[in-house]
Amino acid sequence: MTIAPKAARKLTMKQRYSALTRDLDWEPSYVPAEELFPYTRFEGIKIHDWSKWEDPFRLTVDAYAKYQAEKDKRLYAVLDGFAQSQGHLSLTDASYLNAMKLFLQGVTPLEYQAHRNFAYLSRHLNGPGPRFASLCQSLDEMRHAQTEIHTLSNYNKYYSGFHDYLHMHDRVWYLSVPKSFFDDALSAGPFEFLIAIGFSFEYLLTNLLFVPFMSGASFNGDLPTMTFGFSAQSDESRHMTLGLEAIKFLLEQDEDNVPIVQHWIDKWFWRGYRVTALVAQMLDYMLPRKVMSWKEAFELYFEQQMLGGLFQDLAFYGIRPPRDVEKAIQEKDYISHQAYWILYQFSHAAAFTTSVPSDEHLDWLEEQYPDTFPTYRKLWDKERKNVENGGRHFVRGLPQLCQVCQIPMGFTEADDPFIQCQRETIFEGERYNFCSDGCKNIFDHEPVKFRQSWLPVHQIYQGNCGAADLPGVLQWYGMQPGDGGEYLGSVDHENWLAWHDMAETTGGN
Amino acid sequence: MTTTTPAARPVGVDIQESESNRAVIEAIEADNPEATVRHMPGMVRVQVPGKLVINRESVEERLGREWETHEFQLAIISYFGHIKEWDDDEIVIAWDH
Repeated sequence: MTIAPKAARKLTMKQRYSALTRDLDWEPSYVPAEELFPYTRFEGIKIHDWSKWEDPFRLTVDAYAKYQAEKDKRLYAVLDGFAQSQGHLSLTDASYLNAMKLFLQGVTPLEYQAHRNFAYLSRHLNGPGPRFASLCQSLDEMRHAQTEIHTLSNYNKYYSGFHDYLHMHDRVWYLSVPKSFFDDALSAGPFEFLIAIGFSFEYLLTNLLFVPFMSGASFNGDLPTMTFGFSAQSDESRHMTLGLEAIKFLLEQDEDNVPIVQHWIDKWFWRGYRVTALVAQMLDYMLPRKVMSWKEAFELYFEQQMLGGLFQDLAFYGIRPPRDVEKAIQEKDYISHQAYWILYQFSHAAAFTTSVPSDEHLDWLEEQYPDTFPTYRKLWDKERKNVENGGRHFVRGLPQLCQVCQIPMGFTEADDPFIQCQRETIFEGERYNFCSDGCKNIFDHEPVKFRQSWLPVHQIYQGNCGAADLPGVLQWYGMQPGDGGEYLGSVDHENWLAWHDMAETTGGN
Repeated sequence: MTTTTPAARPVGVDIQESESNRAVIEAIEADNPEATVRHMPGMVRVQVPGKLVINRESVEERLGREWETHEFQLAIISYFGHIKEWDDDEIVIAWDH
């Protein structure tokens, strides 16, 4: 096959990048550089030459706008087609949308916060390379927040739990897990933020966070979510590059940066990993049609790619794998079961529903987790009897929360599924509780920061959540009847059955 | 964790499964004889030991039209490894150390 010869380009990609991104920078002469960039010294990171920052994407403003516009066009064509064809009726089941409710309430607001902080970096980093990469990422994150809201707004017309997600994000107990994670990063310095979000979140854990949601969408008939997911992920590969360049740049600039960066990797691996407990239970319990188990995803995306690939590369700089990584590997066999059990018992106070897994589902779980699941299966067998006797289990009290990750203290010791893991630190006469050594280590390093945690349970007891009783607190959360509780017999379930009966009757005519 | 050389450690990309991306995947397979391809819901994962190369000319041959390497941004979902090179003619993913 022959192709018409290309018209000669005036500049190569490298030259264009150099001219349009790097050359637009200037040396300040009216004020000292320290005054122009006041935030890049207080964390102890030493940078000697900002021009050493590499951007392999060599992105320029015109190329950025051209390809982002094309991505949006493709997405909105899918959204329109899905809405026009009543696509929501072809989902596997209405219960699938619980995963998307969790996504909209828990993840979408983080995209907006990422937009804000990358906008800040695009002003305050000294070098033009990282400033421009941050600017692109800031715009990407805004695009992600907007496209996710647009995509999921179609479901809000028919299903509960999609309204008031921003209001809920700031108030609801289980959403304080992702919110406090991101607030921790936003309140850190610019370099810690780069390692926290750019590296740990975007490079180390992004595949565990997003790819399971998107493959789950693909398998369960949710075309729009799959499309926005892949559209967002295509930006994500640039974000991964920014994170990887950031860490290599810091490590190459000065040896004194190595221990600081190592501590941030230790901290932010564990912080991010704890947030993925929500993804773990989603993968194993919330998808009517399964993609892969959490255990398999963890092995593929984390153990093989990150421990087997990335950390061997970083060993060159004297960086070792994150401190508590062995614990995370142990937990892959049981974390999803314990996380879903927590959500199951408290879903009357949530904006998603839960239910006892079906026999087929329990069999699948046992196949995936032959060593650990038999213990949890007994729990579900018992709960099924409760349900048959009209006693579906909801916890009426309030749980103790981990001071750092804010997850209810329901995780156990790795070697005993019946002993709750609890660690504590006494700081200035007050006792603080943690779900794990990982969270305790983080607190012990920054007790003054983490004693300020906005813990939803404490806030209820202190009278800051609208009321002292459950209905009052749920109202303050912005929840409506039908948002939470048991899935079977819920508003979404009843509607789903009615719409499908109706479709069958009409089809019979 | 066993230590392996950068030449042996796998690198790879996840690509959206679509009509136009098929040419990109075929080009990668042709230019990287050791590539393994795994199909997952909505996407294709291509993995190669040590180094993965995407050549503009190979993609253009299969696509039957001009293709800028920037266009790969529309195809990629995720990758592992380090982007060593991304210029007008090729994209190279490999580990550094």
